[in-house]
Amino acid sequence: MKSLTKRQVRQVKSKNLSIFTNGLLKENPTLRLVLGTCPTLAITTAAINGIGMGLAATLVLVCSNVVIAALRNVIPDKVRIPAFITIIAGFVSVVQMLVKAFTPSLDAALGIYLPLIVVNCIILGRAEAFASKNPVLPSLLDGLGMGLGFTAVITVMGAIREILGAGTVFSFPVTSNFINPMIVFLLPPGGFFVFGILVAASNAIAKKQGKKPVEHLGCESCPSKGICSKMQNPESGEVAENE
Amino acid sequence: MNKITLICSILLAGILTNSMVLSKFLGICPFLGVSKKLNTAFSMSVAVTLVMVAATAVTYPIYTYLLYPNYTYLETVVFILVIAALVQLIEMVLKKFIKPIYNALGIYLPLITTNCAVLGVTMLNIQNELDFVSSLFNALAAGLGFMLAMVLFAGVRQKVDEADVPEFLKGLPITLIAAALVSLSFLGFAGIGG
Repeated sequence: MKSLTKRQVRQVKSKNLSIFTNGLLKENPTLRLVLGTCPTLAITTAAINGIGMGLAATLVLVCSNVVIAALRNVIPDKVRIPAFITIIAGFVSVVQMLVKAFTPSLDAALGIYLPLIVVNCIILGRAEAFASKNPVLPSLLDGLGMGLGFTAVITVMGAIREILGAGTVFSFPVTSNFINPMIVFLLPPGGFFVFGILVAASNAIAKKQGKKPVEHLGCESCPSKGICSKMQNPESGEVAENE
Repeated sequence: MNKITLICSILLAGILTNSMVLSKFLGICPFLGVSKKLNTAFSMSVAVTLVMVAATAVTYPIYTYLLYPNYTYLETVVFILVIAALVQLIEMVLKKFIKPIYNALGIYLPLITTNCAVLGVTMLNIQNELDFVSSLFNALAAGLGFMLAMVLFAGVRQKVDEADVPEFLKGLPITLIAAALVSLSFLGFAGIGG
């Protein structure tokens, strides 16, 4: 490291910064990559749940990205997916115990979705797409950026659903005194609807910037793409027609 | 007799009122990703149902006799590994012995390993303190509910494909809004079966 010139140091720094902001904006996991839809839809009934879920997932993502990046040359290619899942599951258990011990109310609010972070596609997806190919520091930044991008979107979505469905934000009354809240936004249909509108908005912004809008979920964004051999060669699988 | 009513209410709840996809948001990825055509949606949900029941049959005894009460914190790690191994095993058995089923379902099996619906249903069975038989029926009901939602939604999507959708809603947004409407209609079942 000490032989680097100032310019090189600056280059490395700006590259790291772009890896970090990549997850926050350009490749936002929720709106651009459309990963981790299950928790996005399920727990966004209140803004505070969004923050809790987002930070829990971020912690798991950062830790698993670092460990996977550190072990990337040791893990044999053939068993990499089970190895990644084991590492992720370990960290999820740690986070689960921490949340249970320190914020029992959050544990009650997130319920089954807390252990289900283990199958959150964002985490396995980043392990497969980034951490297994990059050194530790960029992987850490990638995990942090992606995690915070996820947190930001689900918090905003939680706030929207909370305002419309209960008239409050972070439990402070906003419109609940003079507008009757529309409870349907707290129910499952509201989740699908608000997420649909958010994706539409993000598509509109992407289009203005000249990028391709997200069409629909397909094999391209699926973290299991690598293990699903038939999907990669179109002539043998039916699903391939499905993108 | 009591047992039968209990099982009936579990089946009703799992298929209609507590639908895995439409009210618990588990298994959204296949619900949105593989529902473009009716036959793929159907095969995928058959595979999911199969794995759900098999996973429950394996994880329930493991939790009750090995993990409970001292090692319950290992639930997440053990369940996901057992499910991953089980899916591999099912795939190998089908490939070797029942080729036609493998040809129809084989491609979906690896995807199911990381499907939150499967892990979710095994964990919910434990959380709700169901006994072994009820757990199996709960898994079956969750699978059938998933199938009903998938097949209905595949039908809806085929209509949406032909509809004249506003430019900014094209693609994923209109799919999600269609899902919202399907989910809204399922709210009408609330109250049936307790």
